[in-house]
Amino acid sequence: MQFDLSDEQAMLQDTVHRFLAEAGGLERARAFAAGGEARAVDLATGLAQLGVTGLLVAEEHGGSGLTLLDAALVAEVLGRHVAPTAFIGAAVLAPMALQRAGSRSQRDHWLPRLAAGSVTAGVALSEHAGAREDAAVEARDGRLHGRALFVIDHEADIYVIADRQGGLHLIAADAAGLTRTRLNTIDVTRPTGELRLDGVAAEPLEGANPALIRDLIDAGRVMYAADTLGAAQEMLDRAVAYAADRKQFGRPIGSFQAVKHMCAEMAAGLEPCRALVWYAGHALGALPGEASLTACHAKAHLAEVGTMVARTATEVHGGMGFTDLVGLHYWFKRIGFNRQMLGGPQRVREEAAQMVLSG
Amino acid sequence: MDLSYSQEHEAFRSEVVAFLREHADAAPRAGKGDAKAWQKLLIAHGYAARTIPRDYGGYGAEPDILKSRIIAEEFARAQTSPGMGGQGISMLVPTLLEMGSEDQKRQFIGPTLSGDLLWCQGYSEPDAGSDLASLRTKAVLDGDDWVVSGQKIWTSTAHLADWIFCLVRTEPEAAKHEGISFLLFSMKTPGIEVRPLVDMTGVANFNEVFFTDVRVPKHQIVGRRGEGWKVANAILKHERGSLADPNTMLSRLNTLSELMKTETVDGRRAIDDPVFRDRLMQVHGRVLAMRCNDLRLLSAAVNKTPASLAGMVVKLQGTELRHELEALAIDVMGEFGLLYTGSPQLRTQGSWQRDYMFFLGLIIGGGTSQIQKNIIAERGLGMPREPKTVST
Repeated sequence: MQFDLSDEQAMLQDTVHRFLAEAGGLERARAFAAGGEARAVDLATGLAQLGVTGLLVAEEHGGSGLTLLDAALVAEVLGRHVAPTAFIGAAVLAPMALQRAGSRSQRDHWLPRLAAGSVTAGVALSEHAGAREDAAVEARDGRLHGRALFVIDHEADIYVIADRQGGLHLIAADAAGLTRTRLNTIDVTRPTGELRLDGVAAEPLEGANPALIRDLIDAGRVMYAADTLGAAQEMLDRAVAYAADRKQFGRPIGSFQAVKHMCAEMAAGLEPCRALVWYAGHALGALPGEASLTACHAKAHLAEVGTMVARTATEVHGGMGFTDLVGLHYWFKRIGFNRQMLGGPQRVREEAAQMVLSG
Repeated sequence: MDLSYSQEHEAFRSEVVAFLREHADAAPRAGKGDAKAWQKLLIAHGYAARTIPRDYGGYGAEPDILKSRIIAEEFARAQTSPGMGGQGISMLVPTLLEMGSEDQKRQFIGPTLSGDLLWCQGYSEPDAGSDLASLRTKAVLDGDDWVVSGQKIWTSTAHLADWIFCLVRTEPEAAKHEGISFLLFSMKTPGIEVRPLVDMTGVANFNEVFFTDVRVPKHQIVGRRGEGWKVANAILKHERGSLADPNTMLSRLNTLSELMKTETVDGRRAIDDPVFRDRLMQVHGRVLAMRCNDLRLLSAAVNKTPASLAGMVVKLQGTELRHELEALAIDVMGEFGLLYTGSPQLRTQGSWQRDYMFFLGLIIGGGTSQIQKNIIAERGLGMPREPKTVST
């Protein structure tokens, strides 16, 4: 009985943390937000060297064969540093899809490239977690038609695309008939976008089925929850530090109960979230009977607590919290992004209700 | 991350299950049955007073957190009484083991464990609630006796108790935390008056207790004069956590789901109402988070690693959450949710209304939510303390 991180897991988090801190943390996100780079190549390269892109890829394909819990722990650190880099699509969902549904030759070809970071994969499956407007992808005679919205890791070389029936397909980013449009969301650290598919030639992943789509969505939800955990923890830490530093009426504002209780409420909400994210991450691989339910709850609960922390930590900073100067809004927006992607809290709670209340 | 139990622990679980299968019928239920005989049987098998030395009337096992957890889980699953509780067993016994004299251990622990000696706790006073250390009930040494005068309040089970463990001020000149002593005395001592205090649930579990020149033999003190605050804090350590067990909350949540399948408005089941479904799932997600947090605390206890903040939030989050869970049930029942006693339409014996109110009591008692937030902020997050005001 050991419900805690192993030394290796703590070290993994620490390694990624130190790399991102040295890369500039918030300042790196600011530079990315200023525009001019489609991808933060330095971060992508550095993370690939640390093995983050190959985290889930089997050793025979050049990865380290770790678990989805390990991936969630990395997502947490990325959220903490508002890291403007691909991860959930490129390093989690795409390798998962290829490993589970790709043919031998597809795996031999793509997995080593994904692991090395020489190819970045975007993932389009949001229609399976609630289709907006007329979004839908049809596969006919080896070609894809239709529209996919809210692509995860949009700035990519290839895309893994889910069709309406639960099939999965690979296309190249420069394929004929594909139109890519960036959607400028509030969260500038993680580009998303829209793909219009007008008879694009696609390579099917023959082993795909609706159960795999379900697993991909579960995993993606836990990753977003973990990202929010890291982002919210950072906001809380900054609020506590600011409250100790900032003085009004001749004393630190953190000595006033009104401010102290705001911080305590954030901590009381957030601390159990850590255990929930660990459990949901562990369940993805180890407890198949519980994975979908705990993924839904982790996604919804972290969305709610994250939103509360984002707002409260900003308020603790007073007027400065509202400015670009302090930059808290990068975390605020990242938490907002995580809340909606792959299903907002109402949506995922309804899915949870269907699992719990059937019968 | 490994949620499995060792072979030794799985074997132990089988033993507990087998014991329950054989003996559960003898357990007291709903106030009926022989509670003392059941307690004796549990101690003999090591399912109560498990780690308390045999010399003092316990079972004398080595502490094993997982085995204790397995016992609690299996008794809960079998919906069978896990033996006697109360402040004597849960608080005084551990304190005596740590701070009591050999004579005190021999005199009090055995009869307390067997249920022959019931205790109440004399801590809070009308002017010493959250600021407990400002208590004023005084004890003055007169010959071989302490003479106790003053008043306690919120004293649960004082009307049933044989003895009281009581904080009194013995050193009026000392600083407030250093002037307190910890006394034990019989509730039959002349000069004690118990007045019941009816709470909002309609029950008189609490009391006010008045002391007028109550004479307590000098040796009935735990620890030394002026060390009572230290002794009391050894007890508080044992109190935490039992108020908001997430597994109990989860089973309560299941009962609520069942209720939502039978309650209807305009012919539609509450469970089919999207707003109620969403509220239920919000609570479910929060309960799950507390259950995972509990697993983390259990693991930390087994492996002796610190989990300070995770532990500090339990009382605050757990009691607030349980109060909200009960509130949801009342909304689900609507006007029927207002029924409380003696109506044929009453749902679940009125337990939703009762627990809705009872948990508001727990939000306040045992360190209010606001005090919990101070503790989380100051001890958990290291935030600056409130500047001291000039005392009057």
